[in-house]
Amino acid sequence: MSETITEPLLHQEPEAGATRRMTLNMGPQHPSTHGVLRVVLELDGEFIEKARPEIGYLHTGIEKQCEALNWQQVITLTDRVDYLANLSNNLCYSLAVEKLLGLEVPPKAQFLRVLLAELTRINSHLVWLGTHALDLGAMTMFFLTFREREDLLRIFEMFSGQRLMTSYIRPGGLALDPPRGWEKPVRAFLEDFPSKIDEYESLLNANPIWLQRTQGIGILPVEEMLEIGITGPLIRAAGIPLDARKMTPYSSYEKFDFKVPTETGNDVFARYTVRMAEMRESLKIVRQALEGMPEGPTRAEAHRVVLPEREKMKTQMEALIYHFKIVTEGIAVPEGEVFQVVESPRGELGYYVVSDGSGKPLRVHMRTPSFGNLQGLPNLVEKRQISDSIAIMGSLDFVLGDCDR
Amino acid sequence: MAAALAAVYPAAITGGAVAHGELTLHIEPDDILAVLEFFKRQQQFERLSTVTAVDRYPLEPRFEIVYHLQSVARNLRVRLKATVTAEIASATAVYAAANWYEREVFDLFGVVFSGHPDPRRIMMPDDWEGHPLRRDFPTHGFKYSYGEQQ
Repeated sequence: MSETITEPLLHQEPEAGATRRMTLNMGPQHPSTHGVLRVVLELDGEFIEKARPEIGYLHTGIEKQCEALNWQQVITLTDRVDYLANLSNNLCYSLAVEKLLGLEVPPKAQFLRVLLAELTRINSHLVWLGTHALDLGAMTMFFLTFREREDLLRIFEMFSGQRLMTSYIRPGGLALDPPRGWEKPVRAFLEDFPSKIDEYESLLNANPIWLQRTQGIGILPVEEMLEIGITGPLIRAAGIPLDARKMTPYSSYEKFDFKVPTETGNDVFARYTVRMAEMRESLKIVRQALEGMPEGPTRAEAHRVVLPEREKMKTQMEALIYHFKIVTEGIAVPEGEVFQVVESPRGELGYYVVSDGSGKPLRVHMRTPSFGNLQGLPNLVEKRQISDSIAIMGSLDFVLGDCDR
Repeated sequence: MAAALAAVYPAAITGGAVAHGELTLHIEPDDILAVLEFFKRQQQFERLSTVTAVDRYPLEPRFEIVYHLQSVARNLRVRLKATVTAEIASATAVYAAANWYEREVFDLFGVVFSGHPDPRRIMMPDDWEGHPLRRDFPTHGFKYSYGEQQ
């Protein structure tokens, strides 16, 4: 069997002066693809002539499942779309449903949402930094970033009871009131973390291997990036301040003072610089949210849509009835359609939600940043060396769950 | 903006509305490429954010193809919709980003994009039968052998 396959290859004499091309299968288990991405590479020596990403190995039919669940149950699925930025996904879906319902969320819930979304951004960037540096041979970074990530996961656990699949942001507000004394660990993290970012930079910014493998690598003209659908830190590293938090503010982002970091380098190193600056900006936002935290409830007053408080449910008849109806029948969302965009750590995250007025969504489409960014992979790696493709893939920061859904 | 479009392609728009602060335009499927071209070249909509579909089964024609465009320069978004039975022209000639999104719609809904440079499945296995995101495709109770017993 094997002879029949290899024989033609063995006898294939390259033409005079020409080199033989080789097709290499990278992934779906390759460590640098962070999940199950498969890239079919056509190689000319060390150079990539053609790259063809094959996705779908993590396709779990989340969009189909959304149509079978009722409106609140979908929240648990949004966690599993981008498992490193689940709160961004919770937030985006909740905002879309709230738009359809015409629901106003109390200011305290909005501030807490911003705080959690920014902590999620830091969390996601920490995983990216650790694994990206690990791919390029800097092993220590991985241990350091995961040390800080642990603090963040403890904070998420404190809020929601879950480290990863939090389902904490719900249509109408938050799932639970934050626990007593929640400020303390967040404040401790704020105190601690700036020096940790300095520590990461001291390890990488003067590291000649890191610089050689990232500077001047993975440059793509910015027009081509816009054309192919690349968003997030990649497009900001090319000088375009494309950020939904500034362009179409949601969840009271307009009340916060922060910058959208941009770079002009447009290479892997610029993307690293942008993400490091973003972590510092996120800290600023978290601090502002903490200082200016409004008083009041964390859930909107809407009996038919939002679950009543536990105490009310035990003492008031109406609250009990509404609780029963919401849990058993689900909520009815008026007919309409919304495309809600938030800035996830990876870029533009959009939920296109269509309702036909029934208890279940007619369609939930997720415009995920990983899918859009990964589409640009061939443009980024073609005509470059294999070793550079590892650095470029790291700089894309894709999550395959986010890509395949 | 809709008025500017109506001036250029009066026959292309079959309806439109602003709901929840978002502009939706219903476009005649045959004119979709011309309209996308108009938005890209004359209205500075540099980005195609996403292409997807909504299955309105059992209505006929059942598929709404939905395009979300963004103008970074003008900070605007617009949604274009075309209702088709099974086939529409591919937008890849206008926006390169449409490539994977249209493959996804083909894979999951079975809508054919004529003139697509790479019309393969993207999510499901190549030998999969049916299109899972159609409303008449069951959510549960579907078994796939993963090629073990052939």
